[in-house]
Order: sequence, then structure tokens, then C-alpha cells
Amino acid sequence: MPSVTLNNITKKYGDFVAVDNVSFEVQKGELFGLIGPDGAGKTSIFRVLTTLLIAEEGTAIVEGHDVVKDFQEIRNKVGYMPGKFSLYQDLTVKENLNFFATIFGTTIEENYDLIKDIYDQIKPFNNRRAGKLSGGMKQKLALCCALIHKPEVLFLDEPTTGVDVVSRSEFWEMLDKLKKQQITIVVSTPYMDEAKLCDRIALIQNGKIMKVDQPQEIINSFPKPLFAAKAKNIYKLLKDLRTDTEIESCDAFGEFIHLTLKSETGNEETIKAIAEKYNPENFQVKKIQPTIEDSFIRLMREQNNSEEFKGASNGK
Amino acid sequence: MENKAIVCKDLTKQFGDFKAVDKISFEVSEGEIFGFLGANGAGKTTAMRILCGLSFPTSGEATVAGFDVYKQQEKIKKNIGYMSQKFSLYDNLTILENIEFYGGVYGVSRPEIKERSQDLVKTLGLEKEAKKLVGGLPLGWKQKLAFSVAVFHRPKIVFLDEPTGGVDPITRRQFWDMIYEASANGITVFVTTHYMDEAEYCNRISIMVDGRVEAIDSPAGLKNRFNTTSMDEVFYELARNAKRAAD
Repeated sequence: MPSVTLNNITKKYGDFVAVDNVSFEVQKGELFGLIGPDGAGKTSIFRVLTTLLIAEEGTAIVEGHDVVKDFQEIRNKVGYMPGKFSLYQDLTVKENLNFFATIFGTTIEENYDLIKDIYDQIKPFNNRRAGKLSGGMKQKLALCCALIHKPEVLFLDEPTTGVDVVSRSEFWEMLDKLKKQQITIVVSTPYMDEAKLCDRIALIQNGKIMKVDQPQEIINSFPKPLFAAKAKNIYKLLKDLRTDTEIESCDAFGEFIHLTLKSETGNEETIKAIAEKYNPENFQVKKIQPTIEDSFIRLMREQNNSEEFKGASNGK
Repeated sequence: MENKAIVCKDLTKQFGDFKAVDKISFEVSEGEIFGFLGANGAGKTTAMRILCGLSFPTSGEATVAGFDVYKQQEKIKKNIGYMSQKFSLYDNLTILENIEFYGGVYGVSRPEIKERSQDLVKTLGLEKEAKKLVGGLPLGWKQKLAFSVAVFHRPKIVFLDEPTGGVDPITRRQFWDMIYEASANGITVFVTTHYMDEAEYCNRISIMVDGRVEAIDSPAGLKNRFNTTSMDEVFYELARNAKRAAD
């Protein structure tokens, strides 16, 4: 039995479709990532799964329980860390933790093993009010509170948003440890580079799932050879290549430009010949492996194109 | 000598015993895209507030667009634009009203606002939405509009505080196109970001750790210095020894 199942879930706010016919499964013990920008529908999905929102259409099952009928059972079995800091600002670290332990009918001591690694880092601030903690510490406390009743599934909504590279990598190390304790984890993030740390991911945009698979599989299924190019004046190169009829896509990626050709066969030499037309200084090009972000951009364009096509056929 | 948009020398801001900004010194040239990076809690926001004329330093010197951060705060404000991810536009005003409001606040004349706002709406492809409330726009559009509004009065310098947080990867790139364009028009861009690929788009970047500027160079120069090919690693090397708890 999967830990989490969504069947054709649709959530609307008025006319706005936030989650559009979404289906996927998360297996027990899996670290599953929902990857997409703000407004993609990630939070709405979390709120449906944690029984805080009722979807207009579709069904969802968490640990064998229906999210509408058995909401009480689900609430006992899941831990939820919302994107917005939602602990009691006026209670201390210890008081918050005690509070959440008590309402779930347990104690800090009972599940101490589970939170020890994380709690140890904030323990020196036991008597500090949660509102006075730094961002990184708040995040750790929120994670402890979400874990204190030993949930079977942990839902983490954008735990690393606005957090610097160092704290982000620490957070993912914590998740890796939790995974080893057989907890199912569903985590969302707008940072595409974090996708590779998940067992499987769903790429989501405009309320729709564009793809669900292992990160490596998504990368492998990129349909065309991808090249990285650079030149002294990279912005000029980007603008020149964009207008070129032989180039299919062309996007800035850090110090490089990632590009694909319309033809299926080209290689580095083909690209070089195209670029020569614009006389770039110090031009370099190499074939590379795509990243999740390359795949995401490609899928987004496909989605946009098919929507425009639909719009056109409707005579809009 | 080329003109400097921003000059800081030993700039310090102390709250009680706590040195939020600790003797930072750097210069930003006119038209440069300058990335201002640092770990959470390193002091970026505090430094940025001083440079925007919103807070007085404790000691040290700084000028922004040639104006002194102690004595000429109001002149600084007139010559800069500011945009942050958290607050930038009024959701309950229409697109045109937002432009008019900000144009007015920055002293752009009425006829000019009228003319330029029409142009702007056209360039952004928002003609149909011009009279709709900003609250209903997708985030990506809001961010692009917010940037256009921040440079509407043609400031000398624009400060961007995590302008692309949470934005989809295509819009994020379109946003950087706008930054490049502004820079080509002579506007100096001072930008913070948590995306390391965006650090690569800057002419130079500085990395703050515990209130101090620990490194400042071109992205290529920094990668050379740390003998790596990724900005992530440069940042990691510098920031992992931070003593301050993150915020």
C-alpha cells in the first residue's frame, strides 16, 4: 500500500484552479519532492493531504485513510510543517515542544530519539521565545514540533525557501537521516537543484503535474542533445543565438548558455559554425548533461505551447 | 577615472554590542551589476538599509550616487529605486494606478507619467490588464512589473532585494534580461539573491559573512581563488565558518 495517493484532485478558489486534476503516489519510506515555483499549487496539495482543505474533485488517501472521511485519524499520523512559521511566538522553545507533544498525547522523552539530532542544536536556547529565534533555528524547532508525535508521514512545505546555501544543505542532511528511520517525507521546494536529493519528484506548474519520476530518469528523458556555450560577452551571445533560426532553445544558466538545436543531429561543430556568424570573442561550447531545471523549462514551454494551441482552436 | 555609484569605507552599524555590519569597504561602478551575497544574518539587509538612506551608520563613510549617507538621505532616496520580493506593489491598485502612484512619489511630472506608463504597459505586454488590480496578476508578472516601477523614474541605482525568490525558471531569466537592459541604459544594479546561478550574471559580487565582506571579485575571479568551477562551492567555503546563527 502506498503511503500517500492522490486521484484526480482538483482544488479551486472561485474561478481560479489552483490544483488541476492531480494524481500521484508516494511509497512508504520515500523522500518525495514537489518541485515548482510559487503559485504552482504545492501548498494547496499539502493542505488537502493534511485534511485542512477539501478538494472539489478527486480523492486522496494518506496511510490508508480518506482525507475527508477519516480526517481525525490522518491528523494523528502526519506531521506538517507549513511554509509560514506557525509556532507560538510567545512560547519558548521548550514550551512549544511540550505543547505539541501534549496535544498529541505524548511527551518529549517518549520520542526523543527521533528529534535528538535536530533538537540538540536548539537546546541551548530552550528558554528563548520562538519569536526571538533566528530563521535557521525557527526552522529546526518547527521540524522538531512536526516530529514529536512520531508521524508516519511528514509534510514539509518549502522548508528551505529564503534560506542560504549552507543552511539548505544542512537541512537536507537532516531529512536524509529522518528517511533512514522509515518516515515517509513529502517536501516541496522552488529550488530545482534540491530535486536531485529526492527519491522521486513531481514537477508542478500552474496546478498541473508535468512529470513524476526519479530525478535521474527525468534527466535521461530530456529528448535532445544539450550544449553549454559561453563567450566574453555572454549577454550579446544570448541575444544573437535567440534570433537564430537553427536554434531551438537558448537560456542563461550561470556563466553558460544552455541550448538545443532544431535539428536532431547537430554537434559541437554545428553550434560553433552557427555562433561564428556573430563573431563572439573566446567562444566555447561543450555537450552537457541536462539538469532538472533544463527539464523543467522544457516541460513548461511544452505546457504553454499546448495551452496556446488549445486557446487558438477554441477561437480565443 | 570611472565614476562610482556607491563607495563604502569602513562602514559599520552597531546595535548595542552587536556589530551587524563590521567595517565593510567596497565600490560599485556606474552601470555595474553588483551581486551582494551572504549567509542569512550576515548583515546584508542592514547594510542595504544604510545605502538606501533608511538607517544611519554607526561609523565609517559611504556615498550613494555621490550623496552622503549621513547628511543627504533624502537626496539618496530620490536617486535610487528599490524593489524587494516581500513588498513592492499595492495589490488593491490597478497596474496603471501603481505606476502613477510610484511615478508621483518620485516626482515624475503628470504628462510624463501618462506617456511613459502607456509605453511601459505596452513593452510588458500588459495592455489588456492595465486597468486590472495587481493582486490578480501571476507572481512572475508582478515581479516584472515591480522592477519596471522601481526604475520608472530613471534612478541612478536600483536596489533589488531577492527579486526572483520563488519565481519560475523561465520568468527568472526574463527578469535578468530586464536587469541587463537596465544596466545597458546606465542604471547601476545592486542585487541580492540566494540563487547561485544568478550570482554568475553579475559583473562582480561580494560575499558577506558575520558582518564583514569576506570576498569581492568577478564570479570567475572568485572561482579561481577557491579553485572550483561552481559558485555554490565558493559560497559554501566562505559561509560555512560563519559564527553567527543564521537568520
